[in-house]
Amino acid sequence: MDFLRPATLQQALEAKAERPAAVPIAGGTDVMVEINFDTRRPDALLDLNQVAELAEIGSDGGLLRVGACVSYARIIGELGRELPGLALASRTVGSPQIRNRGTVGGNLGAASPAGDAHPVLLACDALVEAASVRGTRLIPAAGFYQGPKRSVLAPDELITAFRIGPAMGPQQFAKIGTRNAMVIAVCSFALSLWPQGRPAGTGGTIGTGIGSAGPVPLRATDAEEFLAAELASAGLWESGVALPSTVTHTFGELVAGAARPIDDVRGTAAYRRHALSVLARRTLGWTWDSYRKGARQCA
Amino acid sequence: MRVSMRVNGRRVTAEDVWEGESLLFVLRERLGLPGSKNACEQGECGSCTVYLDDSPVCACLVAAGQAGGRDVVTVEGLAGAAGLDAVQQAFMDAGAVQCGFCTPGLIVQAHYLLRETVDAGGPVPDDGEIREVLAGNLCRCTGYEKILDAVRLAAARKAAAAAAAAGQAEPGQAEVGR
Repeated sequence: MDFLRPATLQQALEAKAERPAAVPIAGGTDVMVEINFDTRRPDALLDLNQVAELAEIGSDGGLLRVGACVSYARIIGELGRELPGLALASRTVGSPQIRNRGTVGGNLGAASPAGDAHPVLLACDALVEAASVRGTRLIPAAGFYQGPKRSVLAPDELITAFRIGPAMGPQQFAKIGTRNAMVIAVCSFALSLWPQGRPAGTGGTIGTGIGSAGPVPLRATDAEEFLAAELASAGLWESGVALPSTVTHTFGELVAGAARPIDDVRGTAAYRRHALSVLARRTLGWTWDSYRKGARQCA
Repeated sequence: MRVSMRVNGRRVTAEDVWEGESLLFVLRERLGLPGSKNACEQGECGSCTVYLDDSPVCACLVAAGQAGGRDVVTVEGLAGAAGLDAVQQAFMDAGAVQCGFCTPGLIVQAHYLLRETVDAGGPVPDDGEIREVLAGNLCRCTGYEKILDAVRLAAARKAAAAAAAAGQAEPGQAEVGR
C-alpha cells in the first residue's frame, strides 16, 4: 500500500488522475474501519488532510461553499445559523470524537444511503463540487447517488466541496435510532421551508430528504408538491395559522410512500415507512411553528 | 514508511510503519505508549481517545501517516510535574475505575470538556453537557454513575481553585459532589 500525502489541491488531483484506485481519506471514520477489519486493502491511500483548500468555508454567488474536508464539529460550530438543518444532522453523527474527524465530503464519498448529511443536502438542493485534472463540475445532490455506496463520481475525481443555499426559513432534521449517540440511522428525514423561494431561484418552497430508507437517499417530491400547493392555495404562508391535521397527515403519508425501504438488521421496511410518516409530521409541525413565530415577530 | 510527530510534547519517529496502520497501533506498539486502549477499532467505544492538534479523536480511525508532523497528546501526557491531572485524581477519588479499560479514553475526553468549560473561564458543565461529551465512550462495567461523579468532582475542584486564585475562595466548595 502507498500513502500519498498531497500538500495542494492540484497535487491531489494529479495523484488521483495517476492513481484512480487510490482511496481518498479525510476523517478516516469510514475508510479506517474497513482497513482495520481487513474488508478493504486499497493499493493507495490519498490523505486529504494537508490540502488547505478542502477545509475552507466561503461563498460563491448566493450559495455557501463548504470544503469537502470541513468536519461536522466545524459545521455545528461555524454554520449553525446559515445551515440549521445540516447542523442538526451533524449533531447526530457518531460521537464528539467522530464529529471532530468526519466530514460531509466523506459522507458523499461513501454514498451510504444512511449517511446523515444526505437528506439535508437533498432538502436544500445542494450541489456537489467534483474536480479532476480535467476540470470542475457541479452535480445536483439529487443526481449524485446511484445506489448503495455508489455515486456518479468518476475514478479520477475528488469531491472538493458542496454548495448550498443559506437557510431562508425554518429547517429540521430527525433520525430514528436505538439511542441518541453513536447511531446509524434506521431512517431519517430532513425538511426545509423556503417561504420566499430559494436563493438560486430554482426549486419550490418545500424541500425534503429521506435517509436510510431506500437504495439511495431520496426526495419526497409528491409530498413537497402537495404541501407547497396546500400552503399556497389556502393562503397559509400569509395567514400563518396552524396547519389542518389533514394536511400534516397526508404529507406524512406521501413521505412514507416515497421511501423504498428494505428489511435489514436495523429495522423492517414497514417500520421505516411508519417511522418516516411520523418524522415527516413532526418536522413539519416544528418548522411550521417556527415559521409562525418568526412571521409574528416580523409583523 | 517513517512517521514523525510530536507526542506528549516530544518529537518522535516511528519506523517501518505500514501505510494502513492506525495512529493507535503506532502509539501502542511502536512508541511504547499503551495507555490508549484498543477495543472496537471502529470508533464506537472511545477507549483510544487522544488529542490530535487539540481535538479529541479516536486514534484507531486516524491513519498513522495522517498524524505525521502533527501534535498528539495521550493519557500519558496529561499528568504534569505537580502530579496527576485533576481529572485523573478525581477518577481515583470518586472510584470511577472498575476494570479500567475505558478509563484512559474517558479521562482524555473529560479533560477536553473541562478545558473547554471551567478552564476557559466558563461555568461548571451540567450533567447534560457531561453526558453529551462522553456519549462516545463506552464502559462495559457500566460504571457510569461514578464516572459522572468523577467529572463533577474534577469540575468543582477546578472551579474552586479558579475562584481561590481570583481571591474569592469559598472553603469546602472543592468537595461538592463527593
